[in-house]
Amino acid sequence: MNGWPELDRFLRTDPRDVGCAQAMDMLHVYVDLVVAGAPVEERYPGVAAHLRACGPCGEDFEGLLAAVRGEAH
Amino acid sequence: MSAGAGVASLGSIMMVSGNRTVHESPAAAARPDAESAEWLRRLADSGPQREAALARLHGLLVRIARAEVTRRGRLAISGPELDDLAYQAAADALLAITSKLGQFRGESRFTTWACKFVILEVSAKLGRHFWRHPAVPLDAEDWDRLPGRFGFDPAQEAEWRDLLAAVRRAVDDELTPRQRQVFVAIVLNNIPLDALALELASNRNAIYKMLFDARRKLRAALAANGYLSHDIAGHS
Repeated sequence: MNGWPELDRFLRTDPRDVGCAQAMDMLHVYVDLVVAGAPVEERYPGVAAHLRACGPCGEDFEGLLAAVRGEAH
Repeated sequence: MSAGAGVASLGSIMMVSGNRTVHESPAAAARPDAESAEWLRRLADSGPQREAALARLHGLLVRIARAEVTRRGRLAISGPELDDLAYQAAADALLAITSKLGQFRGESRFTTWACKFVILEVSAKLGRHFWRHPAVPLDAEDWDRLPGRFGFDPAQEAEWRDLLAAVRRAVDDELTPRQRQVFVAIVLNNIPLDALALELASNRNAIYKMLFDARRKLRAALAANGYLSHDIAGHS
């Protein structure tokens, strides 16, 4: 334990993290699985880890998810 | 490289950003669903059917682009500027989609695959937009911003002063000049990663990898000096 949670969270890296290129290659597949309610974090843990850690890719994920959900309604 | 049976299994394992190699991809191309197949058929057609499909797809992309610029909100783009950006993003995405139709493997719905292009176009265009009115120059280096960036309470400065000095020392001693530049730009100057990638003539993946390695080094240095706990599992 330490008393600096934000610094701790920022510096913590996940070795499963697949990086931006792989995450973006998979993004459409990942988003459709999320929309379908599939256990996507278990299926693609490295993509999930990346989307949690990378601000821009996380933003793209949120944007695509919003787009798909918006178009479905 | 293994490819499991069915869409549920993980595909191949390859390189990534950490100190270990990982690559996740769908196991194999799948048969497109009926709606996606219809999109593909019409776009591959010639004449009025294709024109109608292109117009419909363009309309969808403009709608998504406009909504996405608004959703991100950060740069407060509105009115004609928003329309201009949305139409440019949609046009560029449509061009990319039609030139890459053969790469659609049916792993998702066609519209999800297509929408990804326009989301990434919006992302890239907003990155370029940042440099029109940058809040902080690239080479600024104000360490007084660091406590605020990590939520350190000014009233408790006595508790975090040493930690802050240790972070700064680790940045100076442990990082390569390029890692240091990326850390300062993103963490101290709050420059968006995509905007930084543009300015350094690099790309998102390379900058992320550099920051990833910097984070790992800094954490190890701070843990070695007792400021943070050791990251045994490595997972968040």
